[in-house]
Amino acid sequence: MAELADLYQELVLEHSKHPRNFRALDHASHQAEGYNPLCGDHFTVYLEVEGDVIREVSFQGSGCAISKASASIMTQALKGRTTSAADELFEKFHRVVTGADHARAENLGKLAAFAGVSEFPTRVKCATLAWHTLRAALTGEQQAVSTE
Amino acid sequence: MNAAPNFFGRSVVDTGFDVDKIRGQFPILKQRVHGQPLVYLDNAATTQKPAAVIDAINRYYTRDNANIHRGVHLLSERATEGYEGARAKVQRFLNAAESSEIIFVRGATEGINLVAQSYGRTRVGPGDEVVITTMEHHSNIVPWQILCEQTGARLRVAPINGRGELLLEEFEKLMGPKTKLVAVVHVSNVLGTINPVRRIVEMAHRWNAPVLLDGAQAAPHLTLDVRALDCDFYVLSSHKLYGPTGVGVLYGKRELLDAMPPYQGGGDMISSVSFEKTLYNRLPFKFEAGTPNIAGAIGLGAAIDYVTGLGRDGIAEHEHELLTCATQALSEIPGLTIIGTAGEKAAAISFVLEGIHPHDIGTILDQQGVAIRTGHHCAQPLMQRFGVPATARASFALYNTREEIDALAAGIRKVQEVFA
Repeated sequence: MAELADLYQELVLEHSKHPRNFRALDHASHQAEGYNPLCGDHFTVYLEVEGDVIREVSFQGSGCAISKASASIMTQALKGRTTSAADELFEKFHRVVTGADHARAENLGKLAAFAGVSEFPTRVKCATLAWHTLRAALTGEQQAVSTE
Repeated sequence: MNAAPNFFGRSVVDTGFDVDKIRGQFPILKQRVHGQPLVYLDNAATTQKPAAVIDAINRYYTRDNANIHRGVHLLSERATEGYEGARAKVQRFLNAAESSEIIFVRGATEGINLVAQSYGRTRVGPGDEVVITTMEHHSNIVPWQILCEQTGARLRVAPINGRGELLLEEFEKLMGPKTKLVAVVHVSNVLGTINPVRRIVEMAHRWNAPVLLDGAQAAPHLTLDVRALDCDFYVLSSHKLYGPTGVGVLYGKRELLDAMPPYQGGGDMISSVSFEKTLYNRLPFKFEAGTPNIAGAIGLGAAIDYVTGLGRDGIAEHEHELLTCATQALSEIPGLTIIGTAGEKAAAISFVLEGIHPHDIGTILDQQGVAIRTGHHCAQPLMQRFGVPATARASFALYNTREEIDALAAGIRKVQEVFA
């Protein structure tokens, strides 16, 4: 049976209450808006990309604990990575939260805290909203991305 | 909260309303979810179905299934009788003057779209105005926006106060010679507010503007009388009234429906067709193109029999007690704010918890077997009015108990523990 403690791990709760990099970037080279119409989660992700390296990344907005903590931990995980490495990380993260590849969770660092999401299919969209928004920012999507 | 002696739950209230017995008539309620007894408090989204409804649909498909209104054979006769019998039940349920004023549609949403496109397209023009309220469901906003775009008319929105009550003086100020149609929700799906629809109809009629009432949430809770209300159109959905999904009702006054062009073309809605000229059928068939949801209508008829058999007054009293009890239980939880505190309310409570997003509330309650709705409830402008992205909503039905309210309150405290 799915356990609440698997979903709301300490790290997740802590980041949802005290999100990191929770601000706008003044000199963002990329930014995008993400929206989950089902629950009203709404975030903007800001990036400062130099060459193909993500120098700075931040986010703003409002949402549930899962979406907020995921965005917060994502920003920590991305700083200093190349854009292609960020894309690969999203692929891995996506496989873990959808339950497609549980074993990979070990290599994800703090992101592994979201492995429990796979037991709560209705919450996968919450965990991936910031990541979809990141991808939209990097590919220059003009329209706000939606999880629906 | 303290247990009040001889409340409901196990006991029987004065009206002879026996909740234990009623719960036994709803097969779905017997199950456990996530290892906990199911506490179903998402009734404003859809209600569960009593065995009487499920059996009626089953009986139709195992014994009577045939197409209606044309076959000469016995099954077609029986199917037609069942379908038209359901129409007569709806007529009595709404106290409509005649059964031909009852149009079967897919649901309240389709009923509103029918009126917007058939009545609206022919009677509303550039510069005219359609008046709605801030507390409308998207289904009573978007069809009018589409109509306004098509005709050059303007949508006016009557405001509400902080308790979630319509500001009648403001509403009245919006009425005028340009007002060509008024569309108002009878009971709000988010706030539970029961609108003073009789007075709204009076105000609109002073300007000869017809009134459509969205009764999707009112039908399961209130005794309805379209003639006493003097409304021009009334819509409801079967599935919120213990009936099956995919069927609903549009009531309209005969003189209005008669003058309106068909909404859709097809079989059954014509009296004769040639390539030169087609004559439309009489009411209600003019508005029922194609083979309708026969089993659905029969299921709705069975649902109406069911609630009528229990007694509308007993249901209303039981639900009012649930609302009072739940309002008190939730008010005692620190950090909880109820959104929608109208003086006249049906049994639905929207709330928010300080520092905790409704979606997280929903997941944690679900783990305890408590099913509620979280989100914007298809009323985004209303969420903006109250400055919240979403709410959690517990909505009650005739089969809910005092014990389930205790489970809800305990569940919310558990949510707060997780986020402490």
